[in-house]
Amino acid sequence: MTEMVLTGPKQTLFTEQLRLALDKWIAKYPRGRAQSAVIPCLHILQEANGGWLSRAIMDALAEYLSISSISVYEVATFYSMFELEPVGKHKISLCTNISCMLCGSEEILEHLQQRLAIKPGETTADGLFTLKEVECLGACVGAPMLLMDKQYHEYLTKEKIDALIDEVQS
Amino acid sequence: MKLDQVCFRTNHLSPSWTLDAYRQVGGYQVLENILNNKLKPESIIEQIKNSALRGRGGAGFPTGLKWSFMPRRLPGDKYIVCNSDEGEPGTCKDRDILRFNPHQVIEGMIIAGYTIGAQTGYNYIRGEFFEPIERFEAALEEAREAGYLGKDLLGSGFNFQLHTHVGAGAYICGEETALLESLEGKKGQPRYKPPFPAGYGLYGRPTTINNTESLASIPVILQHGADWFHELGTPNNGGSKIFCMTGHVNKPGNYEVPLGTPFAELLELAGGVRNGHQLKAVIPGGSSTPVVPAEIMMGLDMSYDGIAKARSMLGAGSVIVMDDSTCMVKALQRIAYFYYEESCGQCTPCREGTGWLYRVVKRIEDGQGKQEDLDRLVDVAENINGNTICALGDAAAAPVVSFIKHFRDEFQYHIDHGRCMDNTA
Amino acid sequence: MVNIEIDGIPLKVDSSKMIIQAADEAGIDIPRFCYHKKLSIAANCRMCLVEVDKSRKALPACATPVTEGMKVFTHSKVAINAQRSVMEFLLINHPLDCPICDQGGECELQDLSMGYGEGVSRFTEGKRVVKDKDIGPLIRTDMTRCIHCTRCVRFGVEIAGVKELGATGRGEHMEIGTYVEHSLVSELSGNIIDLCPVGALTSKPFRYKARAWEMKAHPSIAPHDAIGSNIELHVRQNDVMRVVPRDNESINEAWLSDRDRFSYQALAHPKRLTDPMIKVDDDWQVVDWQTALETAIKGLQTIINKHGAEEVGGLISPTTTLEEAFLFQKWLRGLGVENIDHRLRQQDFSDHPQQYPLDNWTLGDVQESDAIVLIGSHIRAEQPILAHRIRQAAMMGAAVSNINFFLTDLLMPIEYEMAVDINTMLTTLAGIAKVLSTLMNDSDNDDEWQALYPERTPTAFEQNVAMQLSNAASATLIVGDLANHHPDAAKIRALVHKIAELSGSRCIVVPSANSHAHVIANTLPGKEAKNSLQMWQQSLRAYVLMGFDALHDTAVPVIAKQALKRASFVVALHSFDSEFLRQTADVILPMACFTETSGTFVGIDKQWQQFAGAVAPRGDSRPAWKILRVLGNVSHVEGFDYISSQDVVDEVRQIQAERHDKPIPPYIPDSLTVESDLMMISEVPMYRTDALLRHSEALQKTPETQRIQFARINRKEAEKHGLNHQTPLTLTQQDSVVRLPLEIDDSIADGCVYVATTTDAASRLVSLFGQVSVSQSEAAT
Ligand SMILES: Cc1cc2nc3c(=O)[nH]c(=O)nc-3n(C[C@H](O)[C@H](O)[C@H](O)COP(=O)(O)O)c2cc1C
Ligand code: SF4
Ligand code: FES
Repeated sequence: MTEMVLTGPKQTLFTEQLRLALDKWIAKYPRGRAQSAVIPCLHILQEANGGWLSRAIMDALAEYLSISSISVYEVATFYSMFELEPVGKHKISLCTNISCMLCGSEEILEHLQQRLAIKPGETTADGLFTLKEVECLGACVGAPMLLMDKQYHEYLTKEKIDALIDEVQS
Repeated sequence: MKLDQVCFRTNHLSPSWTLDAYRQVGGYQVLENILNNKLKPESIIEQIKNSALRGRGGAGFPTGLKWSFMPRRLPGDKYIVCNSDEGEPGTCKDRDILRFNPHQVIEGMIIAGYTIGAQTGYNYIRGEFFEPIERFEAALEEAREAGYLGKDLLGSGFNFQLHTHVGAGAYICGEETALLESLEGKKGQPRYKPPFPAGYGLYGRPTTINNTESLASIPVILQHGADWFHELGTPNNGGSKIFCMTGHVNKPGNYEVPLGTPFAELLELAGGVRNGHQLKAVIPGGSSTPVVPAEIMMGLDMSYDGIAKARSMLGAGSVIVMDDSTCMVKALQRIAYFYYEESCGQCTPCREGTGWLYRVVKRIEDGQGKQEDLDRLVDVAENINGNTICALGDAAAAPVVSFIKHFRDEFQYHIDHGRCMDNTA
Repeated sequence: MVNIEIDGIPLKVDSSKMIIQAADEAGIDIPRFCYHKKLSIAANCRMCLVEVDKSRKALPACATPVTEGMKVFTHSKVAINAQRSVMEFLLINHPLDCPICDQGGECELQDLSMGYGEGVSRFTEGKRVVKDKDIGPLIRTDMTRCIHCTRCVRFGVEIAGVKELGATGRGEHMEIGTYVEHSLVSELSGNIIDLCPVGALTSKPFRYKARAWEMKAHPSIAPHDAIGSNIELHVRQNDVMRVVPRDNESINEAWLSDRDRFSYQALAHPKRLTDPMIKVDDDWQVVDWQTALETAIKGLQTIINKHGAEEVGGLISPTTTLEEAFLFQKWLRGLGVENIDHRLRQQDFSDHPQQYPLDNWTLGDVQESDAIVLIGSHIRAEQPILAHRIRQAAMMGAAVSNINFFLTDLLMPIEYEMAVDINTMLTTLAGIAKVLSTLMNDSDNDDEWQALYPERTPTAFEQNVAMQLSNAASATLIVGDLANHHPDAAKIRALVHKIAELSGSRCIVVPSANSHAHVIANTLPGKEAKNSLQMWQQSLRAYVLMGFDALHDTAVPVIAKQALKRASFVVALHSFDSEFLRQTADVILPMACFTETSGTFVGIDKQWQQFAGAVAPRGDSRPAWKILRVLGNVSHVEGFDYISSQDVVDEVRQIQAERHDKPIPPYIPDSLTVESDLMMISEVPMYRTDALLRHSEALQKTPETQRIQFARINRKEAEKHGLNHQTPLTLTQQDSVVRLPLEIDDSIADGCVYVATTTDAASRLVSLFGQVSVSQSEAAT
């Protein structure tokens, strides 16, 4: 993909492909309500930017949607899926909320920390993984569970974790 | 026991989520009937009222009554919004509805739109639900193709558009007005009510918000009749309900059973309490509902009114089962952390109080508790309760009060000895 | 109307009201932080919880509408408990260091916590600490003190029209701020200092200067624009420590522009003139008042006796009071001088100020307009409070259009806008008039105007604006400073007047500062006498200057400079010393600033507002009306035995009552084409409009003021003249050559180069708005 252009007139911001993706969302809302698309647009841009949002990207989106930058910052800092610092290639979000906790998420977390040699909130030295401890992800019947990138992994065991990590690393 | 009668009625098919599968159980026939015969919205509302369908999002508000608040004839835009934000710990039913039977949500939303006079619908799905979002989008595509969405549906003159909207990780966006703010592209900060969404909702226009399970129930009610649905459950608690059986059970899972099913039977269905352990307590409706000790729980029926008898709530049907190995202080600590983490920060008692609650519980769990902490916790929780903009404040207070009420001795032990009681892990 | 009861007191209130409004009207106190009568309701602080019968829980008084038969208890056990617990929550993360907080003594949190707070905090965990951001020279942040009431955020969105502050993060980690460090751009930003109930947002210039209880409040009127905002001066001993707004619904409501709020800093400027002085053999001597006044009179009399009173010119700043204006002209006229003017920056005198009668309207009417057209006005800089009223109208759906020499973000929705040079300005206005004339079937009886309208068919812009005006139930046209200072201003004004007449709109030719008072007081040239421009251009032998700087406050700096240097006698009444003043004057009479004198201000809406002095004049300076009174006495001019400034006002009122001005026939220009190749657009920067502002330190540090050193030109003109932004621009106007850094700025109209006035460079230019040539050759001074 070509480099995102983050300054300049609206019509040339981002790549053509990204603009198409953003416009598709914007079209879902009534005229003059482009702000509604801010969350989906941030998702798209975050994905295109290696998993995190820089200030320049947020400013460009504000420009693109004709809203103030602070309105974008407010959203980006409010929702937990948005990353405002660079992250690893794969983001592991482990649920440790009550149902998962009752089913052993603590041991899973312990194991993940050992395997990756990082704490929650950190990224492995090779830049492959970022580990996050998150709130309930709505898959409690499959506890303990985690979300890696876009995929849920349920009924976790240490073995499953090992397999998962091995697969990425190989 | 009648299983999988409503939202999971396609579960026996494989795949269950396609238009074909949905048609096999009579999908979209209700909609076609409504559109072809131009059924009166009033009569639809009447049927929903008679079915005793109560909101499956947690509050249990009668759906028919809610629909009747919409100023249907008011000119201008009106909206139907489906709440698939599913964030209450212990709840994971809407995810499965979206994954396994998305068309029923779509049909329910179109019917809702027709009935309340809305021409646009949004399904707000939490951002982490990548797979359900994909399924729902694919179903939308099929429905569009089949002519169930768009202009002049089946020549009825009724226009309806339906879009997916995605969240990005914020429990509070499940609260209906926070959801609307989020849908408008803002932080999910609840609005003070009044005005209610039926008068001032999305973009300031009349809006109805319903839970995914509530909306998915609509086609079935209209297909089999209000009475059928009502009788499936108990008086005033119509239909069946998906219960998310989680925690210390042998067969965790989503079970769709009639409302009023005894808890004991439901527990049985989920394979009973983890082998070798005894039931200690149950949180019957998601982490925000008051915890109920085993003895009491075993005597309750799983319905709104049934659980209310134990001064708790059926909530979203998220049954969190805890066996005798559970440390109640630790469980409360995790729950308190959740509300602290998820408070939107807008109003004072919740923003400041949830952190206070969490820190004190954590201190007790860490063995640093002081004697005055127990009364203080209850006091702080009561000062939050009822004084906030939205019910998250109440939700944060309820576990604290109920855990201490029912398991005070365990908290006391922690304070006295700096550790768990011997009989707990 | 519904009947309710608050604390047992029966009340009849409008059914649209909230409980808190009903209580406020009845004088019943309900504590609050987030509620503010001028902002939307947030109901987030929860401090106003009260008990309402039939409700399970306490309800926020600010967000609960009154209903028939409602009974409210603000002091019941339920209410007090709720309020007390909210207070406890607010304090757990708030520093308890009131003695070192700048808000100490006037903090709403501190006040209320005395009544509600627990003596000892039961919260023993650590407090939240928030890192501060620099948001410019006017406002200081101390965000650890923030209680998240979001008044400042709502102010930005709802009043300032720009969302710069927001609440980022969530829950306990929520922080109010800009997120990214930058100066606030709103010209009303200082209001968040007043809005903030705690010490999170405080005045930077005022910081640690004084405590609330040490100061006494004096009402006054702000002199910098034509609004006459009501202010309160907070005085300690003899110093104005700060300025805050005084509520006046019909004028500034609860707001104040940053200009009016921070100008007080200049009052204590070291350049304040404190002693009467005379020049003896090119040396300045401090003398007593008697000597100074006698020297002044003697000098003037000598010229008058020798060369006639036509050789004397009297020029006065429109920021001075009605009384000063009246005495100024009365004294000079008593000496036979008729060359009198207050229109210092005006260049076109073809029409007459009295031609634009002040028909009846209020600022509220402007706000209720459904169509507004701005002509030659950078309204946010010129009249911030008027801009606010227009913004409110725009937010309520009024169509606001803007025709100007450059476009800036007006922080409000704009329907149609166009950057124009003077020719396009005139033809566009004529085009609008033409559309309206056809619409109104006016063409038969108006040959003179018909001849002026462009022959071409009206443009879409002209048609749209015309349609909006004719469709509006209430429309307002506003002619601003940029139009009024233009050498073809009379043509613009005449056209706008015609448009107003055709469309039934209100026409507001925006006066500068207290100009209305000056027209009433008649600081205008007598018959056959010279206007301000002629007084400079025709180089008189003597001048009396009052309250302004010739280099910065006139339309023709270089010509004025030459005239003053050539003159044999110059008397200056002024508050600020300068090199130039010392070079050109012969007598300097130090005059008091507005806080040190009583007077009358007649604003844009014609309200006469009187104010009293709050502090004694600096040093040996005197209120100007007193100086003029003695000048009158010493010159033996009749009728100068006033005891108080009120006597002066009474006299003006009487004269006004007896005056029957004949209506002046409308001015109709003879042509609408103007020779223009490259025209300089000379804006008076927002914080440089008068001497007081130019001496206010904080305002001079704002980004707005920092930017004025740049000349600005659009890309197209830059290409045409071969200019780039790396090399300074050389501007040539007759024999003046000036170099300025250049900024390429597409908001400037074609055929125009923007050069702010009141700068060093601008003071070396022959005439503002004149034709210039540009180059980037190195050869320049
Ligand atoms: C803090 C909070 C979180 C909520 N989360 C959800 C949710 O995730 N899903 C949901 O359907 N309703 C949720 N609700 C309830 C909604 O506000 C609303 O009552 C519901 O969506 C209405 O739909 P129903 O009448 O069909 O139940 C939540 C309420 C609160 C106060
Ligand atoms: S109760 Fe909590 S989540 Fe709800 S509005 Fe208040 S701060 Fe936000
Ligand atoms: S003043 Fe009512 S909640 Fe803040």
